Amino acid sequence: MQSSCRKIMSELMQWSFVQYELLLYLDTHPEDRTAYQDYVNACDKVNQLKRQYEAYCGALTPCGFAPPQYPWGWIETPWPWEIDY
Amino acid sequence: MWIYEKKLQYPVRVSKCDVKMAKYLLTQYGGPDGELSAALRYLNQRYSMPTKKAKGLLTDIGTEELAHLEMIAAMIYKLLKDVPLEVLEREGLGAHYAVHNSALFYADPNGVPWTASYIQAQGDPVSDLTEDMAAEQKARQAYEQLLQLTDDPLLKDSIRFLREREVVHFQRFGEALNDVQGFLDSKKYY
Repeated sequence: MQSSCRKIMSELMQWSFVQYELLLYLDTHPEDRTAYQDYVNACDKVNQLKRQYEAYCGALTPCGFAPPQYPWGWIETPWPWEIDY
Repeated sequence: MWIYEKKLQYPVRVSKCDVKMAKYLLTQYGGPDGELSAALRYLNQRYSMPTKKAKGLLTDIGTEELAHLEMIAAMIYKLLKDVPLEVLEREGLGAHYAVHNSALFYADPNGVPWTASYIQAQGDPVSDLTEDMAAEQKARQAYEQLLQLTDDPLLKDSIRFLREREVVHFQRFGEALNDVQGFLDSKKYY
């Protein structure tokens, strides 16, 4: 994996963590407006980074932000356990 | 439904191959309080939960546990990468090789296969959420024991992440339990 992709991936992991941590919190605190606003911002950041990663580095989901690559790109990029982080 | 994301929840790195540690980590793959048990326990219990908060939380924590299962698999994969058979045999995975070759399997470090009797579903939301809280503490304990069994700083970093998640899940399940108890109390008329 290219170092530029590793960098976006690392940032994406960090923001996805923020998003997921807030998701669990909001499940039991649905009326916490500050947490809700933080969640909206984290989601926005996650989607921006996913868009960036998928444009330059490959698909994260089979139907993501970038048009799927032909020949079939989904099986070409390394799997999560094969990546040197 | 679920959609797969081609990424880990948190990076998994190892400094060197370590057959013994790969074997010990199997407890969190196919052991009683491992990540497979956690994911299946929560995703199954959500159907009999009475409150919105409990249904949401079990869905979202159950989904996160699948990501943890993938992290454990990545740890074992990296710890065993390109290890020759003689070393596997000498370091304690000879029996595993005889049965499974180099495949991963849902079993504990002693080779005992995963079984559904590791998890419960009582239909009583107080019983189920209390079991979930206990399961999170047992998983937290397992990660602390695993941290004592390795001196690899990179591997320890990934294991510490998982240990912290157990603590957060325990806290959230406690909040869902309070919510369920409030709901059950509000339904009692004498």
